[in-house]
Amino acid sequence: MTKPDYVLFDKDTTAIIFGNQPAAVQRMLDFDYLSGRVQPSVAAVINPSGGSKGLMKVFFGGREMVIPVYNNLGSAVEQHPEADVVINFASFRSAYNVSIEALEYPGIKTLVIIAEGLPERQTRELVALSKKLGKWIIGPATVGGFVPGAFKIGNAGGALSNLSMSKLYRSGSAGFVSKSGGMLNEMANMIALNSDGVYEGVAIGGDKYPGSTLVEHLLRYEANPNIKMMVVLGEVGGKDEYDIADALKDGKIKKPVIAWVTGTSAKVFPSEVQFGHAGAMARGEAETADAKNAALKEAGAIVPNSYDDFGDRIRDVYEDLKTKGVIEEKGEVTPQEIPVDYKPETMRRPTNIMSTISDDRGEELLYAGVPISKVIQEGYGVGDVVSLLWFKKRLPKYVTDFLELGLMLTADHGPCVSGAHNAIVTAMAGKDLTATVASGVLTIGPRFGGAIDGAAKNFKAALERGLTPRQFVDEMKDKNINIPGIGHRVKSVQNPDMRVKLIEDWAFANLPKHELLDYALEVEKITTAKRNNLILNVDGCVGIVFVDILRSTGIYTEDEIDEIINIGTLNGIFVLGRTIGMIGHYLDQNRLHSGLYRHPWDDVLYMLPDEEEVLKHRETK
Amino acid sequence: MAQRGIREYDAKKILAKHIVRFSNGKFTYPGKVALVTPDKSIEAESDEKPWLKTDKLTVKSDQLFGKRGKHGLILVGATYNEVKKWLEEKMNSTVEVGKSRGKLTHFLVQSFMEVDKEYYLAFTGHRNGDYIHFSRAGGVDIEANWDKVITINVPIAAKIEDVDLTPILNAARDADMETLGALITALFRLYRELQFGFLEFNPFSFTDGEFLPVDTVARLDDTAHFLCSEEWGDAEFPVPFGRELRQEEQYIKKLDEKSGSSLKLTMLNPQGRVWTMVAGGGASVIYADTVVDLGFGGELANYGEYSGDPSTGETYEYAKTILDLMTREKSENGKIFIIGGGIANFTDVAKTFDGIIMALEDYAEKLKEQGIKIYIRRGGPNYEVGLAKIREAGRRLGLDMEVHGPDLHMTKVVSIALKNLNGGA
Repeated sequence: MTKPDYVLFDKDTTAIIFGNQPAAVQRMLDFDYLSGRVQPSVAAVINPSGGSKGLMKVFFGGREMVIPVYNNLGSAVEQHPEADVVINFASFRSAYNVSIEALEYPGIKTLVIIAEGLPERQTRELVALSKKLGKWIIGPATVGGFVPGAFKIGNAGGALSNLSMSKLYRSGSAGFVSKSGGMLNEMANMIALNSDGVYEGVAIGGDKYPGSTLVEHLLRYEANPNIKMMVVLGEVGGKDEYDIADALKDGKIKKPVIAWVTGTSAKVFPSEVQFGHAGAMARGEAETADAKNAALKEAGAIVPNSYDDFGDRIRDVYEDLKTKGVIEEKGEVTPQEIPVDYKPETMRRPTNIMSTISDDRGEELLYAGVPISKVIQEGYGVGDVVSLLWFKKRLPKYVTDFLELGLMLTADHGPCVSGAHNAIVTAMAGKDLTATVASGVLTIGPRFGGAIDGAAKNFKAALERGLTPRQFVDEMKDKNINIPGIGHRVKSVQNPDMRVKLIEDWAFANLPKHELLDYALEVEKITTAKRNNLILNVDGCVGIVFVDILRSTGIYTEDEIDEIINIGTLNGIFVLGRTIGMIGHYLDQNRLHSGLYRHPWDDVLYMLPDEEEVLKHRETK
Repeated sequence: MAQRGIREYDAKKILAKHIVRFSNGKFTYPGKVALVTPDKSIEAESDEKPWLKTDKLTVKSDQLFGKRGKHGLILVGATYNEVKKWLEEKMNSTVEVGKSRGKLTHFLVQSFMEVDKEYYLAFTGHRNGDYIHFSRAGGVDIEANWDKVITINVPIAAKIEDVDLTPILNAARDADMETLGALITALFRLYRELQFGFLEFNPFSFTDGEFLPVDTVARLDDTAHFLCSEEWGDAEFPVPFGRELRQEEQYIKKLDEKSGSSLKLTMLNPQGRVWTMVAGGGASVIYADTVVDLGFGGELANYGEYSGDPSTGETYEYAKTILDLMTREKSENGKIFIIGGGIANFTDVAKTFDGIIMALEDYAEKLKEQGIKIYIRRGGPNYEVGLAKIREAGRRLGLDMEVHGPDLHMTKVVSIALKNLNGGA
């Protein structure tokens, strides 16, 4: 199955893609399917930073399939000996080494270098090596090219819509070559509009020293009997276009060539302008677009007056060749249909997830609509950030101060409480930070730290129902429920909890009205009369004061305050605050290099049932 | 992005730093050079370089243009005080060199070199190798005497040590051939390994052990920066003489350097009435050509391009910069803004147009107030969405806007736009 030398790509060509480029691979496969290829054109993918091996999931038409992924070129070449093209997506830093390696594999015939910014000397060395080995390089600094209906390099040819518009799924009669990769599609479209389309299109790249030149591809097209006419888009800078003129004069190129060199505007610019491509700057008169257009015209190429009538000249040549019978009318081909990708922009489909507190899509991260730069530059505090993300409002300063106060007061409560204890035991078992914090946080609930919500809810409801403190206490006792927010293991009237005192003082000093706190203190008088440790505890105090605060802002209705409590907002203060302490305990244990914890036997009361007692029920019927 | 000229001062610093290594210790060049700028006076330089006050000096402008003798921008064999006085006269003065007019801001001061021979040596690259050009009759008239220049090709893969330099050595018949051969070999290795694109010594001389470059011109391949940043030191790539970068151009340049995509902006005529924002290195040239072909070259305000799938944010910054420049002054005869491009390969049109729309939102009031008309033509991935969005934005913002897709010939939009501009060049 040897191909003639002038054929780089046909419908059996397969390529190895160097670089993790799922989008480019998918575009190649879409093209393949559209063109009616039996086998996808991508044999393997190299992901140099990936693991040892893997698979890339892609679509071939509507069918999902996988392409093998390797972490080095050598394995891929060995496993896929039929692939004779390497498309090198490596960055300008590593493109050279990858290219050398690719050229040195005997089975690789054509190398495409996508990267822009390769040092000129490196490219020239690659050119020398490729000539020595009799191989082709397309690029650097290109998107590549395509043979419609057969093979397409990477991203060349653009989106699916363009493949159809420019009829890239079937063969035309024109061979096209340009410097610019960006103009590849545009020109393919122009050629499709003015003739029967492109047979092969290549963009050699905008560098000063491309891996293969305009004329080298034209000579290939000249040799290819399927190509009847040639279109060239050159560019100011360099002298490659003169080689085309020479080839025309020498009779090496006999097929009609329609050529245009861009950059005619350079002459009117006030000083030297480096155009977008590295090679696009004239050094001397001969490298100007005007001089090169004139030389091509003189050598017999068809040169339009400007880019505007480029298409018309292509049409002239095409019609002429058709009249002469050189080009025969081909029947149109209907491409295979590809199921359209799901696209959020073009389809109506309800979203699954909604977010109203933060947005990372734009220029800047937003917290409830406030850009992060503003948060930092305008000196927002932690309380403000909590306020934005939990309440979607920047609440008044005294409220955010209270949030911070809550976080500080709940940050830790020694190593013996459930959360810290669990965290310490987990850390001592050698688990990581996340596991340690999680095991601690998981103890937070109705008995430990989770009473903030409960206290707020119960006290608020009682007050709203008009219960006196006494009625409330009695009612709870009748239901046999401990009042959330009341009672402490160690602290008592005689040994008050300083934290509670601090919160109360804060409330008295900062809130004009603190109705629920007053009510709770009345309740506390009743409960402590029964037992002196039935004091208002820190959870209860935080929850109750927070209700007073929310009411004082005048922002929320009672229903909204109920919702804030019911969804667990207030417990969040404890969870967030205490996480600080748990991280502390984790770090502490690690610094101490503590070993595995084992609870001592003598601290456990072992009371097992008698064995006979346990087993005897088995026998009874 | 390509070969770019460096100052003679930087070229000589690189030579001084590396010639010993590349000549295996055979040659030195002390590199007694100083750069005087508006920010660093010769007094300030003389603190670190006391030879400035003791040696005989040569001073010349160092801003990437040649023929300095003809423009009276060189002073040879002068004392410190003479040089100082000369610099005071020349610094910040405006001169015309060829087609360019600009301010003199950089001067090379070097220790005066007494040479009895004026040799010429240059290295240039071509696709398959590098040329060594040599003449024993160097100096200002080298171009007139180009027929005396001997040229030897060094194939790209060849070692310089294996290349036969005899034709050159024979031409320098009265010189110490062995020393000259060793010097050329060393300089060629330096040129090649330090990724020069061009290196010329005209004139130069040498002794057994010392290289004496009187005048040096050099270009480095700036894409090789990642290979040679250490060897090049802090060599600068100044803009061509008379082309001082505007703040906005500098801003886009920085943006470009930080981005994996390409963003380029060159201001041509800030008073121009034809403004462009074109996607693609190839397409942007064709748009500029078309504006010129249609007789509006004098009105073309800017050249630039954005490509390689820039992000929405990058495109926004780029568009904003152009819109800002465009709307600084109102033109009574109206202005047009062409947002053009070919059919993209992989640049996402919807995503990049989002950035353009954001910028249009920022400048909508000014655009309306100044009666600026906007013409758009674009194709490529997601172009339907992109065009629909910008059309909607135009309506919403009340802008005078015309939107076309790939069905319109790429540059047709230019002639449509220019028909709506009064007058011409």
